[in-house]
Amino acid sequence: MLEIKNLQARVEEKQILNGINLIVKPGEVHAIMGPNGSGKSTLASVLAGREEYEVTGGEVLFKGQDLLEMSPEDRARKGLFLAFQYPVEIPGVTNANFLKTALNEIRKANGLPSLDSKEFLQLMKEKMKLVEMDKAMTQRSVNEGFSGGEKKRNEVFQMAMLEPALAVLDETDSGLDIDALRIVANGVNALRNKERSFVVITHYQRLLDYIVPDYVHVLYKGRIVKSGTKELALELEEKGYDWIKEENGVHI
Amino acid sequence: MNTAYQHTGTENFVRAFAEFSKENGRILPELNTIAIGRLEDIGFPTTRHEEWKYTNVSPILNTAFSHPGPQFRLKKEDIQSWMLAGKDAILLVFENGYLNTDLSSLDGLPEKVIIASLSAQRSNAIVKQHLAKYAPMKQESFVVLNTAFVSDGAFIYLPANIQIEKPVHVLYVNDSEFHPTVIYPRNLIVADKNASVKVAVSYHSIGSTNAGFTNAVTEVVAGQNAQVELIKIQNENESAFHISHTEAILSKDSVFNISTITLGGKIVRNNLHIVLSETNSVAHLYGLYITDGNQLVDNHTLVDHMSPNCESNELYKGVLGGKSSGVFNGKVFVRQDAQKTNAYQSNKNILLSDEATMNTKPQLEIFADDVKCSHGATTGQMDAEALFYLRSRGIGEQEAKAFLNIAFAADVIKNISIEALRDRLMPLIENKLKQSIQS
Repeated sequence: MLEIKNLQARVEEKQILNGINLIVKPGEVHAIMGPNGSGKSTLASVLAGREEYEVTGGEVLFKGQDLLEMSPEDRARKGLFLAFQYPVEIPGVTNANFLKTALNEIRKANGLPSLDSKEFLQLMKEKMKLVEMDKAMTQRSVNEGFSGGEKKRNEVFQMAMLEPALAVLDETDSGLDIDALRIVANGVNALRNKERSFVVITHYQRLLDYIVPDYVHVLYKGRIVKSGTKELALELEEKGYDWIKEENGVHI
Repeated sequence: MNTAYQHTGTENFVRAFAEFSKENGRILPELNTIAIGRLEDIGFPTTRHEEWKYTNVSPILNTAFSHPGPQFRLKKEDIQSWMLAGKDAILLVFENGYLNTDLSSLDGLPEKVIIASLSAQRSNAIVKQHLAKYAPMKQESFVVLNTAFVSDGAFIYLPANIQIEKPVHVLYVNDSEFHPTVIYPRNLIVADKNASVKVAVSYHSIGSTNAGFTNAVTEVVAGQNAQVELIKIQNENESAFHISHTEAILSKDSVFNISTITLGGKIVRNNLHIVLSETNSVAHLYGLYITDGNQLVDNHTLVDHMSPNCESNELYKGVLGGKSSGVFNGKVFVRQDAQKTNAYQSNKNILLSDEATMNTKPQLEIFADDVKCSHGATTGQMDAEALFYLRSRGIGEQEAKAFLNIAFAADVIKNISIEALRDRLMPLIENKLKQSIQS
């Protein structure tokens, strides 16, 4: 599904990723943890194709194709989805209209017919339940005036609508209270299946109580310095990140 | 020597006037003569004139226009796509400035309501009372020019206590297919006490190579507690010249809503003067301009708060692509007596290219001490974060740009109360936005 080889990237002259290697197979859930500034969000941004990030080395294959060559929209059409850490407010564009356009663009790119309004509404109704969204939210402008929790739910709702092959969740748990966290995690879990892969980026172990990963990786100074199973996350929770820093030759 | 005015081009119009003055059945023969004399005196503004700093009218003055009389060749199918207020609207179609009765439809008018051509109503006492009484003649060369050649236009009269729901659509076509043609539309809208009316005035053209010139003046008189909505749509081709002046006088408790939508034209100047002459009157001014290529669109507005407890609220938005340029000059004048005035003004612009320019100048001049006034102007690029967000969901770059700009423009259009018009305007706006994004 996703193959990251020695990925290096920088933003505004500052080198952030220093050679990341990661293989994600269909159906797997990989958690990427790490202290602030380790490069977690940069990785998500590079995967989604944000222009401010310059790839200085390495490669990324998505379904066997060169991901880095693709425009952000082509990545989405091929089945990549990024759940934003800070979803953007877009006044004047309704959620429903935006999603209908997005979904039909993706369907078109995959040789599928467009959904008409009725089919779309039906699908939306179905998926809204997953994240306990109410209908009024779909008629509002994208994320405008949404609370932090509503914005994150909206990200998962979009993911449910677009049914990506690979979803990258960038700190989807940040700023959520425990109820909102549960709703978001339930939404994600409902979308797990044998084909769909997830990369879950988070600072805290808390989210992983709900979205149980197959693998956990620790990112530090732009490299994956430790990989393991879900037990590694628990260990991090217990000990914090300091021992990772020490192991990697930094004195606190 | 006053370099704010020039006499270039005046002689073309004086020569044309010699022909025009022989026409029978003119609406304002005496005033025509006075106006042409006035034009000879003052000439036309240059870019040294403070109010015309960014708008050079020389290309208009250097064109020899033909002044066709009432000749008609338009067919119903020619205007089909311009029926912007819907098929049910009361319709007046003016071809090269003269009413084309075959294409107009005036069915279902309530009794005593007059919707007709000014030329047919020139003896009407209300026309005599109001026509050419408000638009300023002193220094406004283009109002003077229109007045010299005023030939026809729409007369809309609502007697007291009559409200009409059906929109009125006044449709002007400048036919410049064979020659650059000048037309002088003149409209008079009078709503008496408690009356209400919604009027869309749209300008279109035929022939894309010749630069036609439309020089329009509209006067609006809103009586006590009257409600008047006016939507002006400029959709001529991109070689057209268009200079218009709209003057509105508001009486006690009246409401005037105006939307000025500019999509076409090479040089477009919209002057809008609103006089809040009596207490408790309210004016909403909305504006939208979308440009590409080498277009220049200049909106000058003046809101004159003469009386206490009045409100004006102004929102103008622009999207500029290619090498086009825009001007917004919004003056709000609060006189000494106009206490408890609320006046708000906002101008927001998006530049789609590095070569597009916008000059914006909001001006508040306040002589009363108990008022609430604010103004603001922004000019910037499209929101890069929002653009990335849309693209990351599979929406292509051009489409995503269109999406954001449509939302930006819809913010103005949503204030138009005629649903049929909103529904027909949005596709025109979307097309134009796509053009500007690509230009």
